[in-house]
Amino acid sequence: MSEAATHHDDHHGHHPSGIKRWLTTTNHKDIGTLYLIFALVMFFIGGAMAMIIRLELFQPGLQFVEPQFFNSMTTMHALVMIFGAVMPAWTGFANWMIPMMIGAPDMALPRLNNWSFWILPFAFTLLLSTLFMPGGSPAGGWTMYPPLVLQTGDAFPFLIFAVHFMGASSIAGAINVIVTVFNMRAPGMTLMKLPLFVWTWIITAFLLIASIPVLAGAVTMLLTDKFFGTAFFSAAGGGDPVMFQHIFWFFGHPEVYILILPAFGIISAIVPTFARKPLFGYSSMVYASAAIAFLSFIVWAHHMFTVGMPLAGELFFMYTTVLIAVPTGVKVFNWVATMWQSSMTFEVPMLFSLAFIVLFTIGGFSGLMLGVTPVDFQYHDTYFVVAHFHYVLVTGAVFSLMAATYFWLPKWTGHMYDETLGKWHFWLSTISVNVLFFPQHFLGLAGMPRRIPDYAVQFTDFNTMSSIGGFVFGISQFLFVIVIVKCVKGGAKASDQVWEGAHGLEWTLPSPPPYHSFSVPPEPSTIEGGMR
Amino acid sequence: MKFSTTNRLVKSLAAPGALLGLPVAANAEWGLNLTPGVTPFSRTIYDLHMLILWVCVVIGIVVFGLMFYSIMKFRKSQGAQAAQWHESTKVEVLWTLIPFIILVGIAVPATKALIMMEDVSGADMTIKVTGYQWKWHYQYVDDGVGFFSTLDADSNNARQLGADTDPSSVDNYLLSVDNHLVVPINKKIRFLTTAGDVIHAWWVPALGWKRDAIPGFINESWATIEEPGIYRGQCAELCGKDHGFMPVVVEALPEAEYQAWLEKQKAATQQAAREPATTQKLVAAAAE
Repeated sequence: MSEAATHHDDHHGHHPSGIKRWLTTTNHKDIGTLYLIFALVMFFIGGAMAMIIRLELFQPGLQFVEPQFFNSMTTMHALVMIFGAVMPAWTGFANWMIPMMIGAPDMALPRLNNWSFWILPFAFTLLLSTLFMPGGSPAGGWTMYPPLVLQTGDAFPFLIFAVHFMGASSIAGAINVIVTVFNMRAPGMTLMKLPLFVWTWIITAFLLIASIPVLAGAVTMLLTDKFFGTAFFSAAGGGDPVMFQHIFWFFGHPEVYILILPAFGIISAIVPTFARKPLFGYSSMVYASAAIAFLSFIVWAHHMFTVGMPLAGELFFMYTTVLIAVPTGVKVFNWVATMWQSSMTFEVPMLFSLAFIVLFTIGGFSGLMLGVTPVDFQYHDTYFVVAHFHYVLVTGAVFSLMAATYFWLPKWTGHMYDETLGKWHFWLSTISVNVLFFPQHFLGLAGMPRRIPDYAVQFTDFNTMSSIGGFVFGISQFLFVIVIVKCVKGGAKASDQVWEGAHGLEWTLPSPPPYHSFSVPPEPSTIEGGMR
Repeated sequence: MKFSTTNRLVKSLAAPGALLGLPVAANAEWGLNLTPGVTPFSRTIYDLHMLILWVCVVIGIVVFGLMFYSIMKFRKSQGAQAAQWHESTKVEVLWTLIPFIILVGIAVPATKALIMMEDVSGADMTIKVTGYQWKWHYQYVDDGVGFFSTLDADSNNARQLGADTDPSSVDNYLLSVDNHLVVPINKKIRFLTTAGDVIHAWWVPALGWKRDAIPGFINESWATIEEPGIYRGQCAELCGKDHGFMPVVVEALPEAEYQAWLEKQKAATQQAAREPATTQKLVAAAAE
């Protein structure tokens, strides 16, 4: 197989070199690489903003920035991390891995693929340019609640159009994934044989297509409220500021699962590999992912329990929200059952995956607590919420992205990464991220609201700890870059299978794989079930 | 709940910071948990919070225990051989049903608490709370008394960028105001929250809830404060640059003292009666 693919590459390997190659590329691997580099750059830009936040919160009093700029930092940090780092990173992995996993030569819509990536640099140029504008960057929170967001200065239309562009890019990426998976699977690759990363990505893609247009509608209404005299969200004009929150969170909650579902797929690939044992409950994983996706559309108002909903509404959203714990629990139990009676080794991808399972579950616990409406009246908009979503997004989504990078880096580059440096990166990140976020639970319970630039002195110690954790976590990420650069440049030669326990079509290709993945479909006999 | 062990653990974690000469302030009180508060609802909430917390802790111990046991026991380096089983409908059904039953066990008391919170009937008095950028206005609806409440001057000076004052030298830094919201104890007080400009949220942890203050909307909540005292809170919804600087201070007094305070306020209000009625201005503002 690999011989045929390499041979084929010789004929079709004519592509422009230099910058033009990257601008005009329609190759899934090139575009995947672009997405991943873009996401990494955004991860550092968003991270720098987080450092400013933690620096200001290091001790009480204002030492470094004005409150308005602080609010800009929290707002921009969230937008950059969600839309610039995590979402493009997942699309990057989808581009790289899905054709290789389903036995296809490339994505189904290569030109759309190129376009969906190249929208992003423009979107983020628009967004980041607001840092230099009169009135500063958007500072009303990434949730853009009116009427506050309408007080944004010159940056306002830039914010709206940046969100439109990011959304268009995501929708194009999602369409491409769906069309690819439904049309380009190799013969014998039935739906219930798909690797879980592909499954979770199809579900994510449907969530994107269903939710992003809702966000686009919401921000368009903000735009017309600001510039064209409409009053969708202004009570004085007969509108309703709470309606924005309903519309926003109808997008926003599926968005949460857009960020985390592919992570479930990653962990379901890595744990069986290093446990040398098939994934426990493959089909229940698929059904649980679908159940989570369905539920994600009927829980949105749990983000707004304190806006004053009728009792029946509060009860409905509480019940549906805590129900999500059931399919999520099934996933965690399946991963633990996969480890039971296995034969584990602990390379860096496995370490990040194990940390993911523990720390994401802690985020799940606080999520369950937040879902219980009457108690949420206390937790809402405090640092308890901040701790919760950073546990699910940093030690959840970001850790799984790192696990995935270490897992497939040898496949992509043909070189093994530096295991010692990788372990340093893992341990420093895991310890510091807990010093960073765990005390925030205490801060929230003790009464510290989120999104404040300065705090009462009884919150000092935990904030100082949290900031120290934050600085160490931030610095540790340079190790990640060093490992990647070293691995791209050279290192021990990686075998085709790379990992002893690795199963799946991507491991049947050479490391690095040919420019076009499967120009000839793989033999149906090489296709195993997705539980491996 | 005693958290002394956690407390020590946390302090030992912070110790390296202290060695480095970092400003790990000597705060006697380490807030680690929700306050049980001073109202029937806040105590209900506290109990519910502890119930769910312990449920999570127990589940965590079981799941992480099994996981760490696997990590220790089933290592390739110790010659573990991997089994190949990968399915069991019986187990899957079991670990779908058990969590579901636990959730029902949580949902029942949670539903009761919520019904209790949403029942604002039979209130003894009503206070209208209006959020503005960046202060609160309190209107005693039945008594015609109303006033603004803003961050006190000491905190406001110390919180400026590059201020010389050490925040820890200010009493209740960022949590004190010029005019307290004075209320009687053991009365069911109905709070109406709204806002004049953007969305705010009125929150006093000791009362057990927060509620958004939304322009054009009036939200209802209630509290019966059972112990006299001063209870502090903050705006909880991002409302612009000074969101962190509009605290809430509630002072609960025994009935007689409250009445004395109220009479003084009424007298002051009558003295100032030549000015246009505050209420009318407020109504106009809320309608905007």
